[in-house]
Order: sequence, then C-alpha cells, then structure tokens
Amino acid sequence: MDLHIHTCLSPCGDLEMVPSKIVKKAKAEGLDAIGICDHNSAENVVAVKKAGQEKDLTVVGGIEVTSQEEVHILALFDKDENLFELQRIVYENLQGINEAKVFGEQVIVDEKDEILGVNNRLLIGATKLTVDEIVGITHSLKGLVIASHVDRERFSIIGQLGFIPKGLVLDSLEASSKISLDQEKSIFSQAFDFPVVTFSDAHSIKDIGKSSTIFLIEEAKVSEIKKALLDKDGRSIFTYSGHS
Amino acid sequence: MVTLKEIVKELNLKVVSAAGNLDKEVSGGYASDLLSDVIANSKKGNVWITLQTHQNIVAVAILKELVGIIIVNGRKPEEETLKKAEKENISTIVTKWPTFEIVGRLYELGVRGSI
Repeated sequence: MDLHIHTCLSPCGDLEMVPSKIVKKAKAEGLDAIGICDHNSAENVVAVKKAGQEKDLTVVGGIEVTSQEEVHILALFDKDENLFELQRIVYENLQGINEAKVFGEQVIVDEKDEILGVNNRLLIGATKLTVDEIVGITHSLKGLVIASHVDRERFSIIGQLGFIPKGLVLDSLEASSKISLDQEKSIFSQAFDFPVVTFSDAHSIKDIGKSSTIFLIEEAKVSEIKKALLDKDGRSIFTYSGHS
Repeated sequence: MVTLKEIVKELNLKVVSAAGNLDKEVSGGYASDLLSDVIANSKKGNVWITLQTHQNIVAVAILKELVGIIIVNGRKPEEETLKKAEKENISTIVTKWPTFEIVGRLYELGVRGSI
C-alpha cells in the first residue's frame, strides 16, 4: 500500500496527477491500495475512488492536514462522511486565497479526469488547529493518524516541535522514501514507541509506489490497518519496499 | 549582562508564566521557530524568541537551560504550555511585536547572538 499520494488538487502536485493516471501507475506498481492525501482538502478523493473501483484498486480517502505549528499530519478514513467532516473543520480553520502563479494550480476533477473547477483556498497554508486538536478530531471521527515524513526537517513533527510530545496518541510515523530501510528502523522504531510505515508522498506520477508498506490484513481499510499497527488479531506490518 | 527583569521593564513586555524567576542574567539571544534547530543551536542562558506556542517549547527551554521564552506577534501560549511553564519555572513572555522588531529592541539593550 502507498497511502500518501497527492493529486492535482495540491498546489505542489503535478497537474498530471489525475485519477486515471494515478490508478494506472498504482496498478503498474503492483499496489493493492492507495491513499489520497492532498494538503488540507479531500475534494479529489471521490473521483480517485471511482476511478480505482473500475480497475479493482482500493482507494482510501484522507487529508494531509497542516497544523498551526506547521506539522503535517495524515488523517485517513473508511467513511467519506467522516473525511468530509474533517475537511469542513479544516476549511473553518484555514485562511487565505491561493495565488496559483506562486504556489500552483488546485484543480478539482472527476473520475474521467475532466476538470470540474479550482479550489481557491490557500491549501498550502497552515490551519489554526494544533497537532493535539487534529489528532483528537481525527480519532473522534474514527480516522487513522500518521505523522508525515518524520525524517524531514521541515513540516515534520520532529523538525517543527523538536520531539514527539509526550501523551500524543499517533497511530504511526511515516518515514519518507529518502532514507534507507535500515536507517528507518534504527532511528524511528527504536527511538519512539510508534510503529513506522513508509509511503511515497508522491507529487508526480513517477513517484507513486516509490516506497510502500505491506500489511498483513483482511482488506485495505483503516480499521484493519489500525489493528496491523498494533499487531492485533493476527494483523501486522509485513515488510517495506522501494527504499533508496 | 542584562537580566530578564530589565528587559521586561525596558520593553514593557507581559510575563505570562514564572514571573518570579526574572532575575537571571541573559547570556544572549536565539530566534527560531524550528524546535529541532533550537535544540541544536541555542546556548545556555539565552532568551529564545519564537512564534511557536506548543508545550514542547517549555521542554526545549529546560533542556537547553534557556532563561526565558518570548512569544511574538501577539500569539497566546496554549493552556498546557502555560501550566507546564509555571510548574517548571520557565518564564514565558508575550509581545505583540513580530520577531524582527523584538530582536532589534533586544539588541539595543545589549543582547547579542552567538557569532
């Protein structure tokens, strides 16, 4: 699974990151499931889900929320209603208008890659929500919380906040594709009491599946992934792939 | 060397935690909003200027033995941050000025960075 993929809705995402191309590349990479996590928005999730259905690819909906401290947090959900409730809260706490020439276009598409419109919010910006609030809200909506690319200095919980605050209940930490598997294991799973996953954080087609995590689970659902992260009911993380 | 108390008085700043712990001398100043960077580069006795309000700032101040934290831009520290700062006796000071302005004023009072 590669649960951290952006679409053309993210200002920094390539415009070719449209549903059909994302699904095609994910299938070519042999992925069973992908996650769509644009910055502070979920408006392309349903389109990619529909495109995935046609090709037998499971698509999990999510948002990569930017906290007040400028920490990136992945929030993934089984139910769209919970995903869009988080989106509503994020929008309420996000100020500013996007300047497409500076930050990039934020294109909303349907499952056939047809352009439906653009999102004018400043999706690259930080919300007024704290890390603790994002984690609390996501969990209350039965979502999965993963701290993004913890090995990076900027926009990671460790870079922004120095260390992971005591008592913060993250489900997992994401290591980016930039560090090796050995590094990842030695640094993160031992230094912190959190299970580690790795996803691509793809902003362009070529990066989809660049790094991924193989779970031993019944089906690609948030509820199953949560069990795997806790090593519960026979579910587990099997291995990682695609590291540099 | 100037003390935190003198800084607060001269610049008319507001102390929001550990107001009784302002007599320490300030060895210098450090301004950054990346806590990982503050851990790496701030020096003992520094006053730290930041816009971050998360409770981790208190832990960083303890770890690096900083004399106090100045939070800029009129940002309000979170409740947990204040509780922890009070408990750990870390002085937190707030100002409506942005970082550039407060750093300039501190420099005028003789506070320097490490070079």
